[in-house]
Amino acid sequence: MPDLLLELFSEEIPARMQAKAADDLRRMVTDKLVAEGLVYEGAKAFATPRRLALTVHGIPARQPDLKTERRGPKMGAPDAAVQGFLKATGLQSLDEAKIQRDPKGDFYIALIEKPGRAAIDVLAEILPVIIRTFPWPKSMRWGARSGKPGSLNWVRPLHAITATFGIETEEPDVVKFAVDGIESGQTTYGHRFLAPGAINVRRFEDYDAKLLAAKVVLDPERRKDAILTDAKQLAFAQGFDLVEDQNLLDEVAGLVEWPVVLMGSFEPEFLATPAEVIRATIRNNQKCFVVSDPKSNRGKLANRFILVANIEATDGGKTIIAGNERVIRARLSDAKFFYETDLKTKLEDRLPKFEQIVFHEKLGTQAARIKRIERLAAEIAPLVGADVAKVKRAAHLAKADLLTEVVGEFPEVQGLMGKYYALAQGEDESVAAACEEHYKPQGPADRVPTDPVSVAVALADKIDTLVGFWAIDEKPTGSKDPYALRRAALGVIRLIAENALRLSLVRVAASALAGLSVKPADAQKLPSDLLAFFADRLKVQLREQGARHDLVDAVFALGGQDDLLMIVRRVDALGKFLETDDGKNLLAGIKRASNILGIEEKKDKRNFEGAPEPALYGLDEEKSLAKAIGEVTAEASAAVAKEDFAAAMTAMAKLRPPVDAFFEKVRVNDDDPKVRENRLKLLGEIRSATRAVADFSKIQD
Amino acid sequence: MDASLPAHMRPERSFQGFILALQRFWAEQGCVILQPYDMEMGAGTFHPATTLRALGPKPWNAAYVQPSRRPKDGRYGENPNRMQHYYQFQVIMKPSPPNLQELYLKSLAAIGIDSAVHDIRFVEDDWESPTLGAWGLGWECWCDGMEVSQFTYFQQVAGFECAPVAGELTYGLERLAMYVQGVDRVYDLNFNGRDGDAKVTYGDVFLQAEKEYSKHNFEVADTAMLFEQFKMAEAACKKYLDAGWREGNRKEHLMALPAYDQCIKASHVFNLLDARGVISVTERQSYILRVRELAKACGEAWIHTEAGGAA
Repeated sequence: MPDLLLELFSEEIPARMQAKAADDLRRMVTDKLVAEGLVYEGAKAFATPRRLALTVHGIPARQPDLKTERRGPKMGAPDAAVQGFLKATGLQSLDEAKIQRDPKGDFYIALIEKPGRAAIDVLAEILPVIIRTFPWPKSMRWGARSGKPGSLNWVRPLHAITATFGIETEEPDVVKFAVDGIESGQTTYGHRFLAPGAINVRRFEDYDAKLLAAKVVLDPERRKDAILTDAKQLAFAQGFDLVEDQNLLDEVAGLVEWPVVLMGSFEPEFLATPAEVIRATIRNNQKCFVVSDPKSNRGKLANRFILVANIEATDGGKTIIAGNERVIRARLSDAKFFYETDLKTKLEDRLPKFEQIVFHEKLGTQAARIKRIERLAAEIAPLVGADVAKVKRAAHLAKADLLTEVVGEFPEVQGLMGKYYALAQGEDESVAAACEEHYKPQGPADRVPTDPVSVAVALADKIDTLVGFWAIDEKPTGSKDPYALRRAALGVIRLIAENALRLSLVRVAASALAGLSVKPADAQKLPSDLLAFFADRLKVQLREQGARHDLVDAVFALGGQDDLLMIVRRVDALGKFLETDDGKNLLAGIKRASNILGIEEKKDKRNFEGAPEPALYGLDEEKSLAKAIGEVTAEASAAVAKEDFAAAMTAMAKLRPPVDAFFEKVRVNDDDPKVRENRLKLLGEIRSATRAVADFSKIQD
Repeated sequence: MDASLPAHMRPERSFQGFILALQRFWAEQGCVILQPYDMEMGAGTFHPATTLRALGPKPWNAAYVQPSRRPKDGRYGENPNRMQHYYQFQVIMKPSPPNLQELYLKSLAAIGIDSAVHDIRFVEDDWESPTLGAWGLGWECWCDGMEVSQFTYFQQVAGFECAPVAGELTYGLERLAMYVQGVDRVYDLNFNGRDGDAKVTYGDVFLQAEKEYSKHNFEVADTAMLFEQFKMAEAACKKYLDAGWREGNRKEHLMALPAYDQCIKASHVFNLLDARGVISVTERQSYILRVRELAKACGEAWIHTEAGGAA
């Protein structure tokens, strides 16, 4: 079956848009083919800075024929109706129509056969539409045609379209169409500098090979592999290690068609500037990699960088390296200057400026926010075993680095610079660490701080954010979470769980709320509302870890649970218990009891609550169940009181044999209504006994 | 590069030779070579030959040097490459020719940048001027990791769609010349290409000015006067715009250019006030909006003039 080759050759496509564009092109073309009844075998798309390319192979040469029937007028209908029918169906006369009988009479039926069209014609129709409606994040007009309405929008000027269709053994046909004056053909161009000439292509195989000969590596994955391999080797040859950076690699691979990896150096004096600043300078501004020196302790940076050029220079790259070194030297001088300037001002002396900076229109200035965090952090400090004075100091200084030159230039080193500047002005180590760590954890993979000072400020920072945005009703909705509140909540959960902290979230949230200048209408409800949000985040986190998130509901259903650590531990113990046979069977027994109770309560329109009457126990199984419930309740409650949830579960396990025996031997709906009622009450007791650890009815099977 | 040039005129030897080489190259592409506009402005884009001529259907190809005044960027002559006054070389071609990228690369070759040894790249950079109500898509052009030009396809100017689209190139002249001459400090650029006693450097020409203007811009510029000048320029701009409609019919405008001068004036006065630090963050936005309103109104007037209108 024939294959399609499509290439859209343009001026430089932004690196960040290339991967999605290739994917969109593949999806749009193949979706359209399938919708047209052309089921293909495979498709693959590629992008370079100057082209999007797509190969679809195994497309049927023709669409399948379509047969449809169309019902016309009744026999003997007025002539106008008959003429209309003939016209619409293309029949010459009624003789060509079939007659079909149904309860309403005899009707004319036209059989219409629509022969499938040649795939190449279908392609000629769908490709221009796809090009015209391509979903670029930003697109533009250009050239003389842009003066007229309806001109093409593309990411940058589009210069050529290659579109061929055919089977391997034959010369393929050009899929003929034109978009905004650009005629499809089979001519593309090589590397802008190394092989700019026109190339005639037939199909994907020779296209890919001819491009390679014309110094264009079509597949971005191949370019990335080549860059990574060469960069590692180049670093290794000089006794260094490449500092790998996936995002940078993705970007750099989108800036070159023919990657040539080169190494440059800078003056070792610059290494006195923090490594993160050097890396940010070299990476963000110059899109170059840094290398580390394995011989130094802690693998410090070496005074080298790795750049990826787009040409094989005739001087072997000497000029390119020298040019990049010049720029990097100038950039590093700037960074060094920023860093040294920053060191001249104490962090606290920067704080007055925060009075002028609005954090959020409704939540006041940054200065007000820092004051709130200070107060809240001081309150949290004793709960997490932190020194109150240090916590206050840390909260006071933690945001100050936002106003430094280095952070202004490289926002990603916020916090870290705060730590450096705090240490430089002789702050306590924990205070300095908190300047960095109070932003942590930033995501599910980020490290959770353990120093109590960091923990207190981190919690205060996040809880102030959450309560603040809750108070002004800026909660996350669907995919929108502009203030990263989900991440903040998950951060709080991890800080508490991983540091085994005991604190009442409701109380801390209420305190944070009291510190706000805005007073929401439903202030009473806010802390519990926020707690439900935490429960949701906890569920999401458990689900992502592959744990049972329904257990969170089973624990929250007990009510009054706002100690996250206890919730996490209960969920954990419950999860382990439910993995055992005892756990599974007990859960089944409890569910059965709940079901029976539910049905009977509905039938009788009453509850069967309250203690059963021992005198009415007629069978041994009833007695032993009642006895077991009593023992287990006492044992589990004692274990829960000691916060030993595993022991509480072990106690629960003892219920399993008597529950199983009860259901095996005892008929609940006894003929004697008194006995029946008593037995239902006994079932109710099972349910309440297990509520010592969780509401089992909320657990999914 | 033209091998017949005397040594002191070669672009890699002299700053003026460098500018002349660019002018000559673009003249050969059919551009009119204009002289700098006789008003203070923050960028070559403000020149009416770009801002206004980018609007309307008539073809327009021009190139010129424009001194750019950025009061806030002054460093008292102490920074090796940051100045409150520097030169931009501006090219505007409407409609953008299909080979504008190739022309740009050839212009680099004309000033001594050979693409066989230099790594030249087009890196995404979308351009937007809030004060001009203008935006476009394009790139910053890199040479061996250094940004040397801005390349933009104008999509909108003064709030109006560009139809057809103009292509705009802006070269940072000092930076490029420093690279070509191989100097690290702008003031060390050889201005006239001569040696020994006859040599004049960029510092000889501009260092004193940088020191004086930095003091003026940051410390002394008369803010009361400037606030007044802003208001006057704004009022004058509006007045000329109103008065410019032929017989008040809003079909034909006769004074778009004088009105636009006042817009340029207001913009520069705002930049000076900003450098003096007397405009707060919130006020800043409103000043930018006021200049933009003037620019838009001037654009509206322009498209009703002979050069800016249809036919």
